[in-house]
Amino acid sequence: MHLFEAVRLALAQIRVQKLKSFFTLLGVMIGVMFLIAVVSIVEGMGRYVQEGVAEKFLGVNTFNIRRMPDMRLGEVTRDEWRAWQRRPPITVDDADAVRAALPEGARWAMQDADWAVPKSAHVAGGPQVITLAATTDYFTIKDLAASKGRLFNDQEEQLGSPVVVIGEDVADHYFPGLDPIGRELRFGNIPFRVIGVLEKQGSFFGLNFDRQAIAPFHSPMRRLTRNPQNGLYSVAVQAQSPEQMANVQEIAREVMRRRRHLHPADKDNFALESSQSALSAWDQIQGYMVMAGVFLPAVGLVVGAIVIMNIMLVAVAERTREIGIRKSLGARRRDIMAQFLVESATLSVVGAAIGIALGAAMAKTIAYYSPLPASVEPWSVVVGVLLGAGVGIVAGAYPASRASRLDPITALRAE
Amino acid sequence: MVLGTAGVAPGTDWVIVTRGIRRDYDMGGEVVHALRGVDVAIRKNEYVAIMGPSGSGKSTLMNVIGCLDTPTEGEYWLNGMNVSRMTDDQLARVRNKEIGFVFQTFNLLPRATALHNVELPLVYAGVSSAERKARAKEALARVQLEDRMDHRPNELSGGQRQRVAIARALVNRPAILLADEPTGNLDSTTSEEIMRVFEELADQGQTVIMVTHEPDIAAHARRVIVLRDGRVSSDDRREKFIETVGRI
Repeated sequence: MHLFEAVRLALAQIRVQKLKSFFTLLGVMIGVMFLIAVVSIVEGMGRYVQEGVAEKFLGVNTFNIRRMPDMRLGEVTRDEWRAWQRRPPITVDDADAVRAALPEGARWAMQDADWAVPKSAHVAGGPQVITLAATTDYFTIKDLAASKGRLFNDQEEQLGSPVVVIGEDVADHYFPGLDPIGRELRFGNIPFRVIGVLEKQGSFFGLNFDRQAIAPFHSPMRRLTRNPQNGLYSVAVQAQSPEQMANVQEIAREVMRRRRHLHPADKDNFALESSQSALSAWDQIQGYMVMAGVFLPAVGLVVGAIVIMNIMLVAVAERTREIGIRKSLGARRRDIMAQFLVESATLSVVGAAIGIALGAAMAKTIAYYSPLPASVEPWSVVVGVLLGAGVGIVAGAYPASRASRLDPITALRAE
Repeated sequence: MVLGTAGVAPGTDWVIVTRGIRRDYDMGGEVVHALRGVDVAIRKNEYVAIMGPSGSGKSTLMNVIGCLDTPTEGEYWLNGMNVSRMTDDQLARVRNKEIGFVFQTFNLLPRATALHNVELPLVYAGVSSAERKARAKEALARVQLEDRMDHRPNELSGGQRQRVAIARALVNRPAILLADEPTGNLDSTTSEEIMRVFEELADQGQTVIMVTHEPDIAAHARRVIVLRDGRVSSDDRREKFIETVGRI
C-alpha cells in the first residue's frame, strides 16, 4: 500500500541528513562490509586451494595411488603415521596390474619424484628443481603442454632416452638468454638433452611448478629418483569423466587389495588420493573460517542495530505531531508501525548496500595484492541485504511500536 | 428549551446522538470531570457551533465527537454506530470514513505537497493511487486550490493552508466535518473567507460542526450549543443566540 511512500520518505531523510545518516548506518555498513570481505576471501582461498589441488597437484578427474597420502591438511596422529611407515611400497608391478584392469578411456601414469640441483655449462650453481621420471600420459593427465620444443614420446619413454622437458624458470635460469632446446642439462652428472620447455604453470602454496624437470620413466633419471623402500612416488589414474571417478577408483582399490591379499575386514594399506579426499579436511577448516567470518561482523551489526534503534526513537519523538495527524486521519496502529519499520529497514538496507560495495572493493583489493582469487559470492550479497533488512526491522520494532501506541490527542498537541 | 435526547432515535436522520456522556481525567490522583453528562443530538446537514469558555469541556467534547477519545460513561452514536466502546483501531476506521478534521494549526504534513496531504485519508482507506489523485484534485477544486496542489504548506498562506486542510477533511466524503477553532490562527479577513467556505459546504448539504470560543465565529453557524462546566447550558438557533449574546 504505502510501502513505496515509506521507502521514499526514508530515502529523502537520508538525503537531507547525510552526515547523521552516515553515522547511523556506520555499524551496519562495517558489519556487512567485513561479512562480504571475509566470506569472499575465505571462498577465494577455498577456490585457490581446490583449483591448485585439482589442477596442479592431481589433475582433473584424477586420483593417485600412493603409499600414504601426499596432502595432509588435517591432523595425523603418531599411530597413524607409524602404520603408514609399515605399509609396503607401491611397485611397478602394482602399477602395471592396475593399468591392466582399467576400463577403456581411463589414463594411467607412473611417476617418481625427487629434488635435485641440475648443472649446465652456461651458469654456475642454481636452485633446486623437482625432478620427475614419468610415463608419457603424465603430460595428458596434468594437462601439460610444451611452449617450446616438444614433449617426449612413447618410444623415448620405453627406450629410456636421456631427454628432459623443463619448466620455464629452469630454462630461464640454466640457459640465460639462450634457446635451451637441444642443449645439455646434467642431473647427478648424467647428461640429458633438453627437448621441450613447459608452458608457464605458476606456483601453489610456495611450490613453484615452473621449477620442474620431467624425464622418461625408464631414463637414467630414475636412478636419482628411485627409492626402493618407498616405492613409486605415485601412480596417477585419470577417469574419462567425473561420473566414472568412483568406479575407476573402486577398480584400482580391488586390484591393490587383491595383490596385497587383504581380507574384507582389513583396511587399505595404500592411499587413493583424489582432490575430494585431499580437500575434505580443508572443507572443514573453511567451514570454521566462514563461521568466524560471519560471527565477528555480527558484533558490528548488533552495534549498528542499537544505533538505528536510538535514531528511530529520536525520529518518533521528533515526529509525534505527524503521528497524531496520521492517526486523526484514520491511520491504525499497524499503519504507523509499518511506516516506521519500513523506514528503519530502508535505512539499514541502504547501509548494508554500501557495506556490500565496500566489502566487494576490499575483497578485490586483497585479490589484487595477493594470490588469493577473492570473488564476491552471490549468496553473501543476499545474506548481506537480508541481514540489513533484518537488523532494521529488529532495531525499528521497539520505536515503531511506541509510535503506534501514541495517543492521538496527546500526539496532536506535541511541539 | 428542552434539553436531552431521550426521544431521539440514533441513525436515520440523526448523525450524532449522545446520551449522558461523562469524561473524567485522572490528573495525578485528582479526578477532573471534564464532561458531566452531555446530551446532544445533531441532524444530517446541520451547521452547528459548539461554544464555551476555556475549561468548559468543549475540547473534550470535540475529541469524543471526533472519535479521538471515548467517554468514561454514556453512549455516543455516530451515523447509527455506537462508537463509545470501540477499540483504537475501530475508532481509527471510523475517523477515516466518517469524520473530516479541520484544526486550528492546520496540521498539514510539512514535507508533503498540498495534493499529497489531501490524499492521506485515502491512503489509509486503501484507495488506489490513481483514484486517490483524482479525488484529491477534485477536493482541492472544491476549495479553489487546484492551481496550488504541488505547493508545500510553507509555500501557502494561512488561509490557503486551512483550505487545503478543508479539502483533506472532505476527500473521504465524511458524515461530519469537525472543525476545532478553524480561524484561531487566521486574521479577520481570512477568517471570513474560511467561514464562507463552511457556509457553502453547509449549503451543499455537508454536516458541519465547529468548536470555537469566539461568539462572532459561532454566530456563523445555524445552531449554537453553549457548554459551561461540562454541561450544555444552552442550545439555540442562530437568531436566538445572537439575541442572547447581544444582550450580554
